[in-house]
Amino acid sequence: MTTESMSAETAARGAPLVEMRDVSIAFGGIKAVDHASLDLYPGEVVGLLGHNGAGKSTLIKVLSGAYKRDAGTILVDGREAEINNPRDAKALGIETIYQTLALADNVDAAANLYLGRELRTRWGTLDDIAMEAACREVMGRLNPNFRRFKEPVKSLSGGQRQSVAIARAIHFNARILIMDEPTAALGPQETAQVGELIKQLKAQGIGIFLISHDIHDVFDLADRLTVMKNGRVVGSARVADVTKDEVLGMIIMGKVPPGAVPGPGAI
Amino acid sequence: MTNTTIGGPAAANENAVQRFIRALELDTRMLGMLVALVVIWVGFDIASGVMRPGSGGLFGGSFLTPRNLWILLVQTTVIAVMTTGMVLVIVLRQIDLSVGSMLSVVAVATGVLQVFELGPMLGVGHPVIWLAAVVFAIALGSAIGFVNGVLIAYGQIPSFIVTLGGLIAFSGTAFLIASGVTVAPMDKTFKLFGGNGPAASIGPIWSWVLGAAVCVMIVIMIVMSRRRRIHFKFATKPIWAEFLTGIVGCAAVLGITAVVNAYPYPPRVAERFALDNGIPIPPGVEDRAGTDICMAGEKVVSCLDGLSFATGYPIPVLITLAVAVTMTFIARRTRFGRYVFATGGNPEAAELAGVNTKWLTVKVFTLMGALVGISAIIASARLDAATTALGTLNELYVIAAAVIGGTSLAGGIGTIYGAIAGALLMQSLQSGMALLNVDSAYTNILVGGVLVLAVFVDQLYRRRVN
Repeated sequence: MTTESMSAETAARGAPLVEMRDVSIAFGGIKAVDHASLDLYPGEVVGLLGHNGAGKSTLIKVLSGAYKRDAGTILVDGREAEINNPRDAKALGIETIYQTLALADNVDAAANLYLGRELRTRWGTLDDIAMEAACREVMGRLNPNFRRFKEPVKSLSGGQRQSVAIARAIHFNARILIMDEPTAALGPQETAQVGELIKQLKAQGIGIFLISHDIHDVFDLADRLTVMKNGRVVGSARVADVTKDEVLGMIIMGKVPPGAVPGPGAI
Repeated sequence: MTNTTIGGPAAANENAVQRFIRALELDTRMLGMLVALVVIWVGFDIASGVMRPGSGGLFGGSFLTPRNLWILLVQTTVIAVMTTGMVLVIVLRQIDLSVGSMLSVVAVATGVLQVFELGPMLGVGHPVIWLAAVVFAIALGSAIGFVNGVLIAYGQIPSFIVTLGGLIAFSGTAFLIASGVTVAPMDKTFKLFGGNGPAASIGPIWSWVLGAAVCVMIVIMIVMSRRRRIHFKFATKPIWAEFLTGIVGCAAVLGITAVVNAYPYPPRVAERFALDNGIPIPPGVEDRAGTDICMAGEKVVSCLDGLSFATGYPIPVLITLAVAVTMTFIARRTRFGRYVFATGGNPEAAELAGVNTKWLTVKVFTLMGALVGISAIIASARLDAATTALGTLNELYVIAAAVIGGTSLAGGIGTIYGAIAGALLMQSLQSGMALLNVDSAYTNILVGGVLVLAVFVDQLYRRRVN
């Protein structure tokens, strides 16, 4: 597949939701991400692959506002975006489900769902009952068997905690969803549920970054994939244009197959 | 797993007591503390009764008398006010070791302001003095707390170190401000915050009015909460549980009101009050007033037959109650409080959810400082003097009260009412041991032991629940 045919296809899909161009970030002299570029279109799932320490989580944390980039630009809807903290990212419709789930363990599901943007009564106090009602509604769609609304999320199972984290990401009309190892802590049944959910969200036109080191997950769910190694992008490809073995070669050796577009990290 | 799953299959295996507790949505931990408190009170009453029979207490001693309970409440206020702030500090995974020394600084500076500065300038007793002193004390406490918070949050110095430094430095500062002398006497209106004298309590009528008002509030809150639950189609408590909650709540409030109203002024004070207000003193009263019999418990009433004035709620206790209600509201109903708990539970998650945890830390320490300011007012007003010794070791009592009250040093867990109960429990031990004429050295050993025991029992409890 050539660059021309890819850009012809992107033109058909309209403007990208997100474009990250030449993003770099270093921690104490170590270049965690080195001139990485990545884009995402509405209704598309882009898998981000690589070994531990390849820089995929760091790159995505730049987008979600957890880290501040040293260089490079981020465009959201074609406009340059200033993302300095998680609040900025959320204001742009970028929601993140972290690998660690990032839940406040000692408060209940509703409090976690609304953490950082609590509903308040007209006297400015927390409207816990309205938040619980909304939480019941959204959890009813995601995980109909969920009943433990009054308990701290610490006491929930891995799958239940995952559904709270997902509920938080999709409840606020996210347009760009970042999922960092969303199925790492889940059993097979729950993994299948997450897969279903990703398909639903795609159909709604939400763009999803799926970070994973499980190549099978990415081949099942993603439309395109980008491989990173040592902080640099090895290459990007449409899932249909490459085989699993070729992608493994990209991850392990940085070798770019003919079906992929090489990046700065390619050998 | 134990059977704590709400609505889960395990619910069927609950016994009657568990069902009862769950229907009432009771905090079993708090229930345990109240039981411990009752056991301690009854124990001290019986023990003091054995030592000095006929003191008029509920079980024959001198602990469960209106007089002792009234004094106990006043004695608890200084620690209780500060511990409500310490709960938030500890929930946020921080610590404040400087509150005792901070209290000294604020008390001494406020004392110097009213005695040496405003007194000569405006004339002793000028109404501006007490008002300025109160505002100054709270502002100074907040300012010191703010600096602590900035050093911890933005300077990234551990709170243990910042406030340990404060503990040492502030005591020196207090000594310098006071030039080593005791600053006294306080302004006569300011003194009322200490609860001494007839004017420092609100009297029986207003106490009943207040008790009734709180009772009505409890009922309104129950009704409103139930209505909202029904509106959102949530499960409601059984109606008997709602009634029981209301009845027990009201009974507790009115019971405490009855106790504080059963404590009459000491004979001399009553006599003075009668003279000042032109109330005729019945014949025979003067002869016996001030004797040993008159000082002992309920006999005061019969001794001063016809000349008995109930005190009602003392002002420092009302301040403490107001602080407790406000702090509970802040902790549970405001976004600030929600952030404190969420951050204490998982600081990283709170940060990623968009909580400005640094500014939150500054706000919590500033609030702690403001509460130290309030405590400094009560403490210096109660002593009618400001000395550098005020507040000594208070940081340890404040932290101990919060921990005994169920605040977890790991962060994220704690309640305001629990901490106040913890303060009351510690003060009960100290006051009870004093009634039994036990040397204060032994009292310290006991209080320290109770602190460790309370945490141990709490650990066992939590392990069983989880």
